Amino acid sequence: MSQAATGIDIKKSAIDSVLAGLIALVVFGPIVGLVLDGFAFNAEPKRLFAIVAVVMVGRFLASWFFQSTKGRDFLYKHTSKDEGVHVLAPGHKSKLKWIIPLTILIAFAVPFIASKYVLTVVILGLIYVLLGLGLNIVVGLAGLLDLGFVGFYAIGAYGLALGYEHLGLGFWSMLPIAAIVAAIFGAILGFPVLRMHGDYLAIVTLGFGEIIRLVLTNWTDLTHGPNGMNAPLPTFFGLEFKRRASEGHVPFHEFFGLSYSSAYKYIFIYLVLLLVVLGVLYVKKRLTQMPIGRAWEALREDEIACRSLGLNHVLVKLSAFMIGASTGGLAGVFFATYQGFVNPSSFTFFESALILAIVVLGGMGSTLGVVIAAFVLTVAPELLREFADYRVLAFGILMVLMMIWKPRGLVRMTRIGVSAREGNVK
Amino acid sequence: MTALMEFKEVDVHYGPIQALKKVSLEIKEGEIVTMIGANGAGKSTLLMSIFGQPRISAGQIIYRGEDISNKSAHYVASNGLAQSPEGRRIFPGMTVEENLLMGTIPIGMDHADEDMRKMFDLFSRLEERRNQRASTMSGGEQQMLAIARALMSRPKLLLLDEPSLGLAPIIVKQIFEILKDVASSGMTIFLVEQNANHALKLADRGYVMVNGEIRMTGTGDELLVNPEVREAYLGGH
Repeated sequence: MSQAATGIDIKKSAIDSVLAGLIALVVFGPIVGLVLDGFAFNAEPKRLFAIVAVVMVGRFLASWFFQSTKGRDFLYKHTSKDEGVHVLAPGHKSKLKWIIPLTILIAFAVPFIASKYVLTVVILGLIYVLLGLGLNIVVGLAGLLDLGFVGFYAIGAYGLALGYEHLGLGFWSMLPIAAIVAAIFGAILGFPVLRMHGDYLAIVTLGFGEIIRLVLTNWTDLTHGPNGMNAPLPTFFGLEFKRRASEGHVPFHEFFGLSYSSAYKYIFIYLVLLLVVLGVLYVKKRLTQMPIGRAWEALREDEIACRSLGLNHVLVKLSAFMIGASTGGLAGVFFATYQGFVNPSSFTFFESALILAIVVLGGMGSTLGVVIAAFVLTVAPELLREFADYRVLAFGILMVLMMIWKPRGLVRMTRIGVSAREGNVK
Repeated sequence: MTALMEFKEVDVHYGPIQALKKVSLEIKEGEIVTMIGANGAGKSTLLMSIFGQPRISAGQIIYRGEDISNKSAHYVASNGLAQSPEGRRIFPGMTVEENLLMGTIPIGMDHADEDMRKMFDLFSRLEERRNQRASTMSGGEQQMLAIARALMSRPKLLLLDEPSLGLAPIIVKQIFEILKDVASSGMTIFLVEQNANHALKLADRGYVMVNGEIRMTGTGDELLVNPEVREAYLGGH
């Protein structure tokens, strides 16, 4: 009777197993058990029974596991409908601290081991990480639903291209300028929507994203409209990554006596991008621990309470919009330099939806979740190139399933609680 | 004693509907003043109009000699007025400590340690739950947290909007015990309540509001024995 002591009911497991087997028989029977041969059917019971047996054994083991103490904990952890943020005790130290340096180390090693193709995919992934982090501040932390985030992405990307063509500025000057310009646009968007919430805010921001795209498409004197614009590559202390440098410049490969390879520029972009992403991650981590970060979260949780406590909601909302927007702008600059070319069709509503999906799938407010989701949603479509036609379908199904089973996203927002002065209040 | 806050013939309109009609009242320093009235009498409107939500359409709200009727909510809240809003409105995803720290916004974190210690002495239940998310606490504990959060800004005037709302009688009793402690420390309190019995027992003075007008005023004890008040708010016995 040892099983009874741990509360495992074999009979229940057996019933579960038989039921699952019957369902498998019905589902797989016509598909696997019958093979069309000309105009006749051939029964293939062996294959069918193998599958049914696997399902039954699997269900039996799963049922067994979920009745054990460990399994019950697992189930509780993953199905409980406990809403909101998970807050750890103030002195909490993660046991997985070593994972961060290890990840950074691997990240820096990637360009030297991966192929050029893989590298370009990872760069795209990192660009979406930046976008996700930016939107995460607006949606995840401050709780302002923004459907026009792609506008800031476009401002960053076109900032680089326009600055290069009209002002003769390169990548390095435009990187900070584009971030600042995007932040200013963030404020411009922020002001009129200060009093809006939820759906209304979403509609206005949606309009903002579309306005940016339409202006870029139609202001042909400035942006060349749908023909797009060229964007410059970054330089390495004045060395260019082209085969032949422009006048007065030396190409990177000649200076170091290497033979030309187009991979160098991707390696360089990757490394710069990685540093920027790490910088943004660090800044974001610090911000969430500062009063402004707490103010964002407070605003998300209860705006009226915030105002009754003397919090200036104008400053709080604008700062969230501006910091989020500037991160989007940075991502745009990298996107433009990585493509070497920008065109309004890169900045459609679908991009906004994708970025929002990254934040929602990752887990609102969760940095780790956003990073993982950004890679899943950008790298997975690359891996699934053969199923190109079904990619958006798969994306939709994934969203629906996630919202049903994991409404809080892959990684629930977790943060370490704040105390007045650690240890002082006993 | 001078008036810390004074309402002078205040009108408030919600569109065509007049919610407050020529309301005048004053709160003196160190006093506990209560405003009782039925649902929809305009009690919460009165309290929120201090913060400009809604703006008053006529009259003046004077706070420490200054007309604050056109100031923004955060300006008012950061000048010594703290409020425990109706329905508590604590931050559910934040811990008790974090909620309390949010209360220090107007004055900064300089006294945070000391004041948090005081709050934990006053509300011992909160200390037990200091690292727990506020949403996981009971209604009474949440109400205590809302009051403690308001006190964290070292207010000159504490505004309480129905602290007894939705709480069991025994918890209401506990909360009023604590309010008595707070009051004995010299805090000026303006209490808006439906629970007339508790509120009038605690208060120095009371106002009775009916349909947006002040119908009666007097000391707490006077109102407690007033037959009209007894009939309307104390179940007539």
